[in-house]
Amino acid sequence: MLGIIRTIWLSFLHLFHKNVTVQYPEVKPYLSPRYRGRIVLTRDPNGEERCVACNLCAAACPVDCISLQKGEREGRWYPEFFQINFSRCIFCGFCEEACPTYAIQLTPDFEMSEYVRQNLVYEKKDLLISGPGKVPGYSFYNISGLAIPGKDKGEAEHEAPPVDTHSLMP
Amino acid sequence: MVWWWAIIVILGTVFGVLAVAALSTMLERRLLGFFQDRPGPNRVGPFGLLQVAADAIKMLFKQDWIPPFADKPVFFIAPIIGFLAVLISFAMIPITPSWSVAGHLNVGLLWVFGMMGLHVYSVVLGGWSSNNKFALLGAMRATAQMISYEVFMGLSLLGVVMTAGSFALSDIVEAQKHVWFVIPQCLGAVVFFIAGIAETHRLPFDLPEGENELGAGYHTEYSSMKFGMFFLAEYAGMALIASLVTALYLGGWSGPILPPVVWFVVKAFLLLCFFILLRTALPRPRYDQLMAFGWKVLLPLSLLNTLVTGAVLLLRAGA
Amino acid sequence: MAKITIDGRVVEARDGGNLLQACLEAGTDLPYFCWHPELGSVGACRQCAVKQYANADDKRGRIVMACMTPVTEGAILSVDDPEAKEFRGEVVEWLMTNHPHDCPVCEEGGECHLQDMTVMTGHRERRFRFDKRTHRNQDLGPFVKHEMNRCIACYRCVRFYKDYAGGEDLGVFAQHNNVYFGRQESGTLESPFAGNLIEVCPTGVFTDKPFSRMYSRKWDMRGAPSVCTHCSVGCSTILNERAGKVRRTLNRYNDEVNRYFLCDRGRFGNDFVNAPSRLRAAGYVMDGRMTPVPPAQALTRFAEIAADGPIFGVMSGRASVESNLALRRLVGEALAGEANVSTGWAEPLHGATMRAVELLRSTPARVATLQEIEHSDGLLILGEDVDATAPRLALAAYQTQRNAFNKLADANRIPHWLEAPVRTLGAETLAPLYIATPAPVALDKAATLSVRALPDDIARLGFAIANCIDPAAPGVSGLGEDETQRAAVIADALLAAERPVIVSGTQYASVALIEAAANIAAALAAKGKAAGLSLVLPEANAAGIALLGGMSLDALLEKARAGQVGTLVVLERDLARQMPQAGFDALLGAVRHLVVIDHSVTPTAERGELVLPATAVSECGGTMVSMEGRAQRFLQVVYPEAPLQVGWRWLRDMAEAAGIQAEIGWQTLDQATEAVAAEAPVFAAIREAAPEAGFMLEGEHIRSQTSRVSGRTAIRANISVHDIPPPFSPDTPLASDMEGSYAVDMPGALVPFYRVPGWNSEQSLNKFQQEIGGRMRGGDSGVRLFPGEVSAGGYVGAVPTRADGRGQTGGEAACLVLPAYEVFGSDETSMASEPVKQRAGEPVVRIGGHGASGVAVLEIGGDRAEVAVTVDPALPEGVIFCPPYRVIPGFATPAWGSLRMVEAEAVA
Repeated sequence: MLGIIRTIWLSFLHLFHKNVTVQYPEVKPYLSPRYRGRIVLTRDPNGEERCVACNLCAAACPVDCISLQKGEREGRWYPEFFQINFSRCIFCGFCEEACPTYAIQLTPDFEMSEYVRQNLVYEKKDLLISGPGKVPGYSFYNISGLAIPGKDKGEAEHEAPPVDTHSLMP
Repeated sequence: MVWWWAIIVILGTVFGVLAVAALSTMLERRLLGFFQDRPGPNRVGPFGLLQVAADAIKMLFKQDWIPPFADKPVFFIAPIIGFLAVLISFAMIPITPSWSVAGHLNVGLLWVFGMMGLHVYSVVLGGWSSNNKFALLGAMRATAQMISYEVFMGLSLLGVVMTAGSFALSDIVEAQKHVWFVIPQCLGAVVFFIAGIAETHRLPFDLPEGENELGAGYHTEYSSMKFGMFFLAEYAGMALIASLVTALYLGGWSGPILPPVVWFVVKAFLLLCFFILLRTALPRPRYDQLMAFGWKVLLPLSLLNTLVTGAVLLLRAGA
Repeated sequence: MAKITIDGRVVEARDGGNLLQACLEAGTDLPYFCWHPELGSVGACRQCAVKQYANADDKRGRIVMACMTPVTEGAILSVDDPEAKEFRGEVVEWLMTNHPHDCPVCEEGGECHLQDMTVMTGHRERRFRFDKRTHRNQDLGPFVKHEMNRCIACYRCVRFYKDYAGGEDLGVFAQHNNVYFGRQESGTLESPFAGNLIEVCPTGVFTDKPFSRMYSRKWDMRGAPSVCTHCSVGCSTILNERAGKVRRTLNRYNDEVNRYFLCDRGRFGNDFVNAPSRLRAAGYVMDGRMTPVPPAQALTRFAEIAADGPIFGVMSGRASVESNLALRRLVGEALAGEANVSTGWAEPLHGATMRAVELLRSTPARVATLQEIEHSDGLLILGEDVDATAPRLALAAYQTQRNAFNKLADANRIPHWLEAPVRTLGAETLAPLYIATPAPVALDKAATLSVRALPDDIARLGFAIANCIDPAAPGVSGLGEDETQRAAVIADALLAAERPVIVSGTQYASVALIEAAANIAAALAAKGKAAGLSLVLPEANAAGIALLGGMSLDALLEKARAGQVGTLVVLERDLARQMPQAGFDALLGAVRHLVVIDHSVTPTAERGELVLPATAVSECGGTMVSMEGRAQRFLQVVYPEAPLQVGWRWLRDMAEAAGIQAEIGWQTLDQATEAVAAEAPVFAAIREAAPEAGFMLEGEHIRSQTSRVSGRTAIRANISVHDIPPPFSPDTPLASDMEGSYAVDMPGALVPFYRVPGWNSEQSLNKFQQEIGGRMRGGDSGVRLFPGEVSAGGYVGAVPTRADGRGQTGGEAACLVLPAYEVFGSDETSMASEPVKQRAGEPVVRIGGHGASGVAVLEIGGDRAEVAVTVDPALPEGVIFCPPYRVIPGFATPAWGSLRMVEAEAVA
């Protein structure tokens, strides 16, 4: 009985508390950089696409809203197309977690409503940004074994020069 | 009373009640917001006041769908019965000494109870004619709950009636010139208030509409303005209970300095707010708990109240 | 069977096996790299370490390599032993020290044995802080991509390529940590089995180059069991599809046929289904121009055409039996008596193929499966370049050498799986392989005896061998002394063998050759040998057509010339490949209307009056009959969009449109197959080739996509954001999407892909087999239609006269022209596949003799073409070896022609 009265009293006191609601859109809330909003594709420090079309984001996606096709240009893998169906996306961030190259990143932007659902299908041109996003220095090809223009075999981090198969040195 | 004044009073009461019912939806949403540390609806019009109008327009323009499996005439009549019953009850409420449709009626209270009894039909017919198991379950719950609590409600009032010596509400208000009945009749007042909540099936006693278990209870199948009538009837019922409590226990219009109408409105308004506070604060009991509470606690209490009041009156009369 | 104890569990293990096999067969997950069921054990990777205990009292035990330890009765071992686990974990860690950070950009990623084994051993973090060794890659041609950094030195590639497949241009270079697997220099891998390196390599050193161009991860692709249509062997394959496009072809294990390996024609030849040469719309000629029209209009047009005289049909060796039967039914009622249908082969190929199938059905010997050829201890290849006409058969034939090694190993009590000692022991041993062909063949290097002679002389040799084995067989008169001697040597070798097999075929369209081969097999059978006969046929479904029967194209031409042919319906066949240009023109000129149903644009389709687009092998279901008489079902992996539909549906609709009472009212493939089964007793078993469309496993259809297929709500979102239900076809028992059952004991004919938890690579196949290298748990794929009842022998045929390469008919300049089939180039559909076309290169005509090579004009019966010519002294003097179809589209074999040099290259 007292508990009920106390509950009523405490609820009543809330009448005099400050509102926690932020008056969006007049007031923009603070969103941390790790907020999981609109997905972008980033570029490496050289300005090349970071995405290597490994398909791991698509595989990790629980709602299967990512689709891409691998292409290859001078040894570099890249996505020929990269589609995200944001009308399905649940912004779980698994894609970002799965990405081995820091290419796909979620940003603190959530203002992407559309009146036409079709407009929620983002193509690569809509996703690709011109910067490296949250991970400034990283370039996947600097640590992978593939040779690409400007980085021959043995020039990646922790790589010895290519073996001379004719050598008999022990 | 001259006839034109009577018409003005009647029309004024009807539209007043409608306005109060509509605005109390707004009041409820704003207050719930405040109780939960948020602003509530504040986008439509100044302070969100036009939200009421927006809701009304939405309600009116919704498709009025009658389920093909429903019993159509009954389905149609049910909300009207409920709404009218509440509306007619207001005739007995003495808002001020001069503003009352039939506040002097010598069977005023009995009339109110009669109308509340009719309200049960609205619910049971609505639920039954929907041919929907959720609706039927809701209606069953509502019927049992309303009939039970009407008993305690009536019994709890006997003290007031005995003390005032009249069933006419204006007489009862007059009888509180010196002391509000809430003080001598505190037990009865509490029982009446609780029974009033159950009667209007407001939270926490909204088991007939318990949305998490019954969809929307007896009005699951209702849409558009038919649903609107149930909806308005609920809020009008809330206002009726608040008005009744004001008139029966809080001295009605009586109060110093300010004009009587202000006193009545202020008292009723605070009670409405209290209704809403209860909704915020209390969880819904289980159905058996509700019934047990009624029959095992409220009934003895109200009987006790009647007994004590009667004894005191007899003793005082004897003295 | 021996009883062994694995981690306290007593299991049965096969005698003579090794512990790794036993563990895998017992269902234990034991990691390994260098061991392969077909390549044996070499103990190179040290990955399959287990602890073996001497007896029940031995608590310490010792670490042994499971793959190198034979199964012994009562052996006690522990896979879960902490020390063994740690050992395996360290081994993987060593192997990974140099493995590049490549998985996201590696085609093997997601189906990588190295990934699986690394996860299995629990290695997670790299502790090695020093530099990784790197290698430069080589360009290995259009099929295989090379990325040496990823190598873990398991030696599987060279063991397959050199030891198993007899390739010579892939080897191991350098030493210790630097070993390099590659060619001496960049260049196309010569072996036609190089594609198997992709599956053999446990990591991503050798990957599929054409697949990489339209890459998709394994988990994203739909799979469906299919049958290779690029030769008559009928290897089982799995086709992979994503977004309506066939991505690649994988080997599907079929224990009696192709087992673990495919040839490159089969692996890379299916890209034709994506080629721009595909027909995608129905059309007919309006005002002299081919105009695309809706299917209904095309069928109306057919009804008009059909009213104009009798309808004749030409069957297809690359269409299913069902479609061919529909064609027979469509034309059947036009004339009383024999159906107005042609097999689509001109003489003499028609006669040779019909005879071959007839002999296969009636031979007292067994019709040898590929497995029987592989395990034969006396193999005679009579006048067929199987390297080119049936490459997988040639690979099987090469394994006869291994059998010889195994015999030696048995004598020295060495288990067969102990690869290195067996190979060393057999280093000087030749295969019990006898080859008689006009030109040198790749198999020669393993053969005990290779004979070079013209087809007729080979036939004479064959008859002589039969006569040597059993004097009741017809003899040959006028044999030279060395010929008689050779015949005796081969006859003795075959008689000494327990399981001799005779291989011949229709390459030279010689009835005599085929009859000679059949006679040898019959003679061996008469001597009580378990002899086998294998005859290579010209097309994938040649046996199916031959069983249905029909007239030759020559007979058809005759009828057309007589004006009897109103409409000619050509089903999936290019007549230009079967007839000389003059005959082709004459036939098409003599028929009043030409209707072509095909999946690709061919010279015949280009001249069609009405052309209807059919589905290719990836887009429909059907049954093919291989040269072994094995009826095998292929299922669709692509769900094609209208108007593409399978041949028999077109024929059914045509019959309906034209009001022909043809009894082709089939709605589903099962009904069509049922009709085939009822057509003739020989087809009765065909319905058992694969479960019917209603087949359910555990109450559900088998799914054709993996459970982790991605992008379902996005892949067609660019077209419409609204989802559509997964496609459905009444012809396949597989569910088109990821919903459905999947189990290791699903029927062998319905395997859409191989994967079990923890085993994402094709190595998971072990789990699907009853025993390693044995039958599939869910039963075989396909069913043998013949041999049915074996007739009581009897010898056939007339011995041909001595062949003469110099022209008897064509005057002085005329030379004998023999078709020199090529692995890449002679097959019709695979040549529409870009990588195969690239691999095939430009055709070169070879002529026996001496002199300068160069460019010459080749003329055969009025058809002429300018072509590069190589003069090769290893070939019979004056005989022209011309790649068929590519230089002069169709010429009857053997033909007479001439070569006129226009430009000679200086001989270096």
